[in-house]
Amino acid sequence: MKFDTPATINPIDRLKVVGKPHPRVEGPLKTTGTARYAYERHDAVPDHAYGYIVPATIGKGRVLSIDTSRARRAPGVLAIVTAKDAGALGKGKYNTAKLLGGPEVQHYHQALAVVVADTFEQARWAASLVKVEYAREKGAFDLAAAKGSATKPGDDADSAVGDFAGAYAGAPVKLDATYTTPDQSHAMMEPHASIAAWEGDKVTIWTANQMIAWSKGDVAATLGLPKDNVRLISPYIGGGFGGKLFVRADALLAALGARAAKRPVAVTLPRPVMFNNTTHRPATIQRIRIGAGEDGKITAIGHESWSGDLKGGGPETAVNQTRLLYAGANRMTAMRLAVLDLPEGNAMRAPGEAPGLMALEIAIDEMAEKLKLDPVQFRILNDTQVDPEKPERPFSQRNFVQCMREGADRFGWKNRSSTPGTKRDGAWLVGMGVASAFRNNLVMKSGARVRLAADGTATVETDMTDIGTGSYTIIAQTAAEMLGLPIEKVVVKLGDSDFPVSAGSGGQWGGNSSTAGVYAACVKLRENVAKNLGLDPATAVFEEGKVSAGGRSLPLAQAAAKGEVVGEDTMEYGDLEKRFQQSTFGAHFVEVGVHAATGEIRVRRMLAVCAAGRILNPTSARSQVIGAMTMGVGAALMEELVVDKRLGFFVNHDLAGYEVPVHADIPHQEVVFLDETDPKSSPMKAKGVGELGICGVAAAIANAVYNATGVRVRDYPVTLDKLLRGLPTV
Amino acid sequence: MKPFTYERATSPAQAAAAAARTRNTKFIAGGTNLLDLMKIGVEEPDHLVDVNGLDLDTISKTDDGGLRIGALVRNTDLAADRIVRSDYAVLSRALLAGASGQLRNKATTAGNLLQRTRCPYFYDTHQACNKRLPGSGCAALGGFSRSHAIVGVSKACIAAHPSDMAVAMRLLDAKVETVQPDGKARSIPIADFYVLPGNTPNVENTLQPGELITAVTLPRPLGGTHVYHKVRDRASYAFALVSVAAVVQKDGSGRVALGGVAPEPWRVEAAEAELPQGAKAVTARLLAGAQTTQHNAMKVPLVERTLASVLAQAKG
Amino acid sequence: MDSNDLQVSRRGFLKLSAVSATVAASPPLLAKMATADGGRPPVMAQVAMEVNGKPQTLELDTRTTLLDALREHMHLTGTKKGCDHGQCGACTVLVDGRRINSCLTLAVMHQGAKVTTIEGLGTPDKLHPMQAAFVKHDGYQCGYCTPGQICSAVGVLDEIRRDVPSHVTADLGSKAAVGEVELRERMSGNICRCGAYSNIIEAMTEVAGSKA
Repeated sequence: MKFDTPATINPIDRLKVVGKPHPRVEGPLKTTGTARYAYERHDAVPDHAYGYIVPATIGKGRVLSIDTSRARRAPGVLAIVTAKDAGALGKGKYNTAKLLGGPEVQHYHQALAVVVADTFEQARWAASLVKVEYAREKGAFDLAAAKGSATKPGDDADSAVGDFAGAYAGAPVKLDATYTTPDQSHAMMEPHASIAAWEGDKVTIWTANQMIAWSKGDVAATLGLPKDNVRLISPYIGGGFGGKLFVRADALLAALGARAAKRPVAVTLPRPVMFNNTTHRPATIQRIRIGAGEDGKITAIGHESWSGDLKGGGPETAVNQTRLLYAGANRMTAMRLAVLDLPEGNAMRAPGEAPGLMALEIAIDEMAEKLKLDPVQFRILNDTQVDPEKPERPFSQRNFVQCMREGADRFGWKNRSSTPGTKRDGAWLVGMGVASAFRNNLVMKSGARVRLAADGTATVETDMTDIGTGSYTIIAQTAAEMLGLPIEKVVVKLGDSDFPVSAGSGGQWGGNSSTAGVYAACVKLRENVAKNLGLDPATAVFEEGKVSAGGRSLPLAQAAAKGEVVGEDTMEYGDLEKRFQQSTFGAHFVEVGVHAATGEIRVRRMLAVCAAGRILNPTSARSQVIGAMTMGVGAALMEELVVDKRLGFFVNHDLAGYEVPVHADIPHQEVVFLDETDPKSSPMKAKGVGELGICGVAAAIANAVYNATGVRVRDYPVTLDKLLRGLPTV
Repeated sequence: MKPFTYERATSPAQAAAAAARTRNTKFIAGGTNLLDLMKIGVEEPDHLVDVNGLDLDTISKTDDGGLRIGALVRNTDLAADRIVRSDYAVLSRALLAGASGQLRNKATTAGNLLQRTRCPYFYDTHQACNKRLPGSGCAALGGFSRSHAIVGVSKACIAAHPSDMAVAMRLLDAKVETVQPDGKARSIPIADFYVLPGNTPNVENTLQPGELITAVTLPRPLGGTHVYHKVRDRASYAFALVSVAAVVQKDGSGRVALGGVAPEPWRVEAAEAELPQGAKAVTARLLAGAQTTQHNAMKVPLVERTLASVLAQAKG
Repeated sequence: MDSNDLQVSRRGFLKLSAVSATVAASPPLLAKMATADGGRPPVMAQVAMEVNGKPQTLELDTRTTLLDALREHMHLTGTKKGCDHGQCGACTVLVDGRRINSCLTLAVMHQGAKVTTIEGLGTPDKLHPMQAAFVKHDGYQCGYCTPGQICSAVGVLDEIRRDVPSHVTADLGSKAAVGEVELRERMSGNICRCGAYSNIIEAMTEVAGSKA
């Protein structure tokens, strides 16, 4: 099915199941510990051995020798695989560094070997006996130092409209400030894990992966197999946030270990190895210049961003939102990429916008202050209903101003003092902050198959994944709505590469795109059902387990009486995204307390107002947003992969060193979704929310800290040591 | 983790004797720090003596009006004890500021005293660390040192002691009771229990090989107002950047001890005479000769500001 | 507790070890015989405990944590391994009624213990009230930290009932009580990277209220 004209009325609009706050269909499994994650498939692979990684312990250089003799003699050891004896390996399309290093070491904790043994304890001990000798090489580990050597990463790295330089120079009010955001880690709760089993030259990998089709291809490319010889199974994924978009070392080491040991092998990455072995959100240095008239209208806006990555990697696209968020006739953005020898940078929840808005939305706060404008007003004043780089191209829908107004009203924004450092609650300085949320809505081709059985149940099969996003539930709701069934009559099967290829989970496209694919498959199934029942497919109505047309009404199940009826299709997209800019919008409001003596920062209240098309399930959508807000608190106040610039690695590589928010950091969170639909996004009229929720949160917190203390911090995370100098004397 | 043998101790003296008999033995009680370190190869015992079965898990009053806390009293139970809550509140507060509910349920009084540093280079066995591997150097010097110590440090080591409980124990003049492999008991004032790193940061306390902690005793209650303020980025479940433990009397006199700033719980008795003069004067004495890095220099003003807040809080 | 509870097992050792020429009569002896080489054999020991009301007797490598005994030997994979270092709380179980991190304790240390895991609280058809409240309030997303959160939540309400104070308890002299700030502090040893905290506290508050 092709979606190339805006949606009109369709069966989803009935909203009997879709749009309702249905609890997660897999909830009883997850809450009883009976949902099986990748490393827990004793049911499918009863007698697997255990593999343990041997990671590189230098930042850059070469392996001189790997001595496995002691490890091989250790009890229980079945096999040891290094690059030398792994056979020829390719590299996946989506990987930058090799998953199995050696002799070249590209980054700290790059895998150099896997040790396979009968038990986990034996494998871990034997892995520690592998002795590696290195020749260290000098590497580039410091973004600030490498900034000067950064180059333009592709033709689309820059944008320019009008005369930015002239307009900026001539603006009566202007800001020129530089902000930094640190490297961050996904730190999902389930470590990367895989179990691999070979049958001849075919491999099945039970793994934790967001993008089944991408990764099936990359496993095949890495192992040098035809794609058809690879099967990935990933029904439950313990969080991803972009960290499981790609095949990682666990999957390759399990496959190589299993081939060598001639036995299925399970590999999980030890938590202290994850931070340097896998991907991370790259640090940025961002310079923002804004010029405005005395009337508060932006006349010039410029955003430049520098980031680093291994050779062959890409930039953190932190200027994304600045091309679209605010009006202004004269504009420029630019990205520059330095080669760094740190671990591989890649996508983490809202890549680009998350760090971009961390900077831009402080800049907007600073600019509002210079203009003596309320920051909410300043943002509203500079709203645009068209792509500011291409004014002939409207937004498909943009209710940004409503988000700001509604949020300000609900949050009690009028009680904010416009003079920083003037509100106090006992030992605490209190401040409020606001920031815009913005994230583009992407639509991705997505397929599904729906089977109707004689008992009247429908089974949806798609390689879509549920990483906590609620895919199981919204897909069940979609099929139930389309087929006129109660949700209990729908079974959803996900995350198997034998199923039709879906959009997968990434870029906040999963919810809208995968349900649109299920919609397409259901349309096919409806046609087949109607035909079977001798009803007119064009006018058939599917309701309450019955199919009705031309005055006749028959039970849906009857269509499958002689055998199951199957509908399979893929939703594809035309040029609506080119003709209309599709984005999601929001406003974040935060109140913080800052201890007047110690500078400790505690978030007291949080509100997000979001405009993101139809909300398919208000419960799971709200959870996506509160979760993203929580990650935003981490980004604002604590998360930083600290680079040892001498040794070339992230030093704080465990969950004690890399702090993410805990319960005590998070107050009750409020989320409001504006009641809207976007007919240009898909027949679901939905958009993404999972990444929108993090966009802007950190800046809202930084702005609230400024409002509380009068100390402007432009280098994240905003920690108490950066406030001490500006706090009241004690 | 290296294979190890394991036995359950039947009495404190038997435990100490067993530990002395077998080379490279460790006692295990809560295990929350030891197992963590064994998994990454920082600790590699050949033999474990499980002391959990010993009868050392009670809290009782001493004849001189103090308190005797069994070595195996879990952190949760010590913090929840009614006498501790009323008479040694700073100890209760310090315990509750540390770790998580789950860890406190397991971690013991003796084990908490013996916690090892959280220096990330100590934890990464492939980095230079004189504490872990004497003579290998110190990667934290010149590296990431935000959490590190600023007083009591040496050129060999700037690791900070991570315990909250020990700070309160130091403040309260606790004594560490032990039994030695020959069955003899001794009592070590906590001021003499820890050893500064000097050139041997691998030596952290004055316990002899095989010596088992059996109890910690506290003298009579001090009265006064008890405060423990732990400063950290995350609101909970994080180690201190700095912490201040104080007992302040109505007349303004009192005691102060610090966490997060030194290789041991930090107390300078002479500094306490300055309490009536306020936080600045006390801090100057407490942190005299501080050796800071670019990452942890903030601990000096942070101690002063936190202490000022604590003193204000104590005043009410 | 008696040291005789511990039996070094020849059979288990032979089953798993390639280097099995000698078996020590007593643990210390075995340690002395160990060489510096990788050939050091694992030490097997028998441990008996009650898990979710069922007696279990296992022969385990002394290095096996309670967490790995549950997951890899009893196949009770509801208890999760998030960090294996006591830094996340995903492995929380109730041992003799108290919540602990099962990753930081050895299985052999739990002779005679009563262990309750998430599987022992309720089943998909018969949810424990806390499990039902998590479903109702969407107190989870990916589900990986969830069993630990739920076991911890059950433990927290019991700790409050037993008058265990917390870091945020204003007055140590008064009895511990349920409240949002109290629950947040007490649950802080259970990290949820999906960020379901706000909903988890709602779920716990409901369960605590219905018990009061």
